[in-house]
Amino acid sequence: MEKLTVSPSPHIRDNISTSKIMGHVLVAMLPALFMAGLIFGGRALMLIGFCTLTAILWERLCNLVMKRPNTTNDLSAAVTGMLLAFNLPATLPFWMAAIGTFVAIVIVKQLFGGLGQNFANPAIVGRIVLMLSFTGEMTNWVVPFYDSADIETAATPLVTKTAEYYDLFMGRVGGCIGEVSALALLLGGFYLVAMRVISLHTPVAFIGTVFVFSYLAGEDGIYQILAGGVMLGAIFMATDYVTTPVTGKGKIIFGIGCGIITCVIRFYANYAEGVSFSILIMNILTPYINMITEKKPVGAVYPDKKKEASEQ
Amino acid sequence: MKLNGVFLPHEKGTENCETIKIPLPAKVRISMSQSMGAPCEPLVKKGDRVLVGQKIGDSDKFMSAPVHSSVSGTVMAVSDILLANGRTCKAVEIETDGKQEVSPEVKPPDVTDKESLCKAIRESGCVGLGGAGFPTHIKLNYNEAKCHVDSLVINAAECEPYITSDYRTMIEEADSVADGIRLVKKYLGIEKAYIGIEDNKPEAIRLMREKTADDADISVVKLRSSYPQGAEKVIAFNTTGRIIKEGQLPSDQGIIVMNVSTAAFISSYIKTGMPLVSRRLTIDGDIVKTPCNVSAPIGTSYSELLAFAEANMEFAHKIISGGPMMGMCVYDAETPLTKTNNAVLAFKKPLEDKKGMVDSCRQTNCINCGRCIAACPLGLMPARFEKAYDRRDKATLLRLKINLCMNCGSCSYACPAKRDLAEKNQLAKAFAMAK
Repeated sequence: MEKLTVSPSPHIRDNISTSKIMGHVLVAMLPALFMAGLIFGGRALMLIGFCTLTAILWERLCNLVMKRPNTTNDLSAAVTGMLLAFNLPATLPFWMAAIGTFVAIVIVKQLFGGLGQNFANPAIVGRIVLMLSFTGEMTNWVVPFYDSADIETAATPLVTKTAEYYDLFMGRVGGCIGEVSALALLLGGFYLVAMRVISLHTPVAFIGTVFVFSYLAGEDGIYQILAGGVMLGAIFMATDYVTTPVTGKGKIIFGIGCGIITCVIRFYANYAEGVSFSILIMNILTPYINMITEKKPVGAVYPDKKKEASEQ
Repeated sequence: MKLNGVFLPHEKGTENCETIKIPLPAKVRISMSQSMGAPCEPLVKKGDRVLVGQKIGDSDKFMSAPVHSSVSGTVMAVSDILLANGRTCKAVEIETDGKQEVSPEVKPPDVTDKESLCKAIRESGCVGLGGAGFPTHIKLNYNEAKCHVDSLVINAAECEPYITSDYRTMIEEADSVADGIRLVKKYLGIEKAYIGIEDNKPEAIRLMREKTADDADISVVKLRSSYPQGAEKVIAFNTTGRIIKEGQLPSDQGIIVMNVSTAAFISSYIKTGMPLVSRRLTIDGDIVKTPCNVSAPIGTSYSELLAFAEANMEFAHKIISGGPMMGMCVYDAETPLTKTNNAVLAFKKPLEDKKGMVDSCRQTNCINCGRCIAACPLGLMPARFEKAYDRRDKATLLRLKINLCMNCGSCSYACPAKRDLAEKNQLAKAFAMAK
């Protein structure tokens, strides 16, 4: 018998881990990945693979330069890379995508201290930087099932407002690689909820707000939630743990805020799409939402401020 | 609405193991600090002959309970002993003579009302047998002028994995349990009694319902098998719907919470007068070849108990006094059994990925997932405590009510980043509460 180990309780732990959670997210993105391959072909799959690999590469490089332990095995970089790819058009040049993953991983995540310390969603910021830097390439939407010899592009359904619901639901429309098929994203969302990785609060509040706001603004609510990036944003980006509120109440506020900002940008501003801006703005508000949604513990007694003041 | 924590693997492999009386050990070492409260002063000295049930330690402090000899034999030494909490206290070492001669002090007490009941219970050395070890006579002797206690909550949740000693008490001593509840109810004038049992013990629920069927004021409440169902505040709320507020005792809400084994002991003490000198406990863990429930004299060493259960001590990595969630590691296998010890668990060095039982892993960054917050039965925010403690932010710790943390460990259990939240909470609590 060696010496006994003495450590504080508890002596057992759940077998959940950060990498398992990230693994679940990757699995949940598979339906959308499959649809991306089906609709936009090999180029889209190559871009997804490229983004995922470069994201992991940037993370490892940062670890080496900063002399930190290897964090690529927590899979969060892979999730970021894949999510960013989902937010890009299939025709984007690879070098631009590499800049996107650099911004996401190095600037937004690692420079702030790595996973858990970033205040904004890395993939969202990566997309926004690319959008502002390479607006032409970032809005070059190819039509579904395009012929690579003769690339045909068209405006997204958010601009044309003419697509059929069924096409929007299945994804037979132009747009970013991962956002087009509402069906695939919902499947992924159900998987995440079933695996208890995400709760329903944020997606329901986000999508519900977009629907209601659109209806009130005289737009087609169903069309607005199916077209563009609402599904992708609400299920995969607005549910990122690190950059969103931690309590259920906070998550609902976050989702409603995202929905309102998305619609305001879509209907009254110069951009056709507002999902990424809305999530970024709400990311920045998250510490304040956390502050106002602190939980009241069971049986907590707070000093009566009025009484104290009168006693003094 | 019920208070819930986390759902643990039950590991109650010993639930059908009938209690075995272990062979009398050659010597016992009886610690003078058996429970919450002041340690006792030894009443015997080296060379004295002591008998079973003879009082060998007592204290004049309010918060204390006397200690009795569990064997008959000769006092070998009165020495210092290192307790699991790191403190030292006196211990009486007795060499047994095998006769188990009962002391003439042992006779059924004369109980007629609340006062005599509390006095008798003090003399019995009874403390809460669920683990915390609050002296029972103090719990029962609440101030009637200040609070009207109308509910007796019998804690039979036994929510910690592995432990089945309370379950075996209910199965083997069902009549004593029911009788103990009636006694306490009668002498204290308490109207209602609730027996809270988790739904993973259907046989105990059935038996307790059967034994209390004739009394409409005793009801068996089936609770969800979630941890920490047996925490005082949790079981009080889940049975009576009343919240024990910050700074309150259960009696302030009209509740007394008592462990089921304590109730059974009270009944047998009133009948026989034999003080608390032995107890039932579960011996289990992955190096224990024959996990079992045993009845052992107080003061038996852990090594003796583990040897009885054929533990392979060669691989012993951790020996835990109590359950895996709140139990304490002991420093050495010669640690003696105390009154509050409902289990002795022995584990080998954990495999990295055994389902639900991952013991030690590399800590990674907090990802703000909120699992600790969802896990906390009292709705505290452990991740926020950790961050506030790391920057020594006393005001935030107090505003977030660090003082309410009861160290149940649910937050650490649930954390995917394997952060030692419960440990940090204790440090933060000590830091924030320090004047």
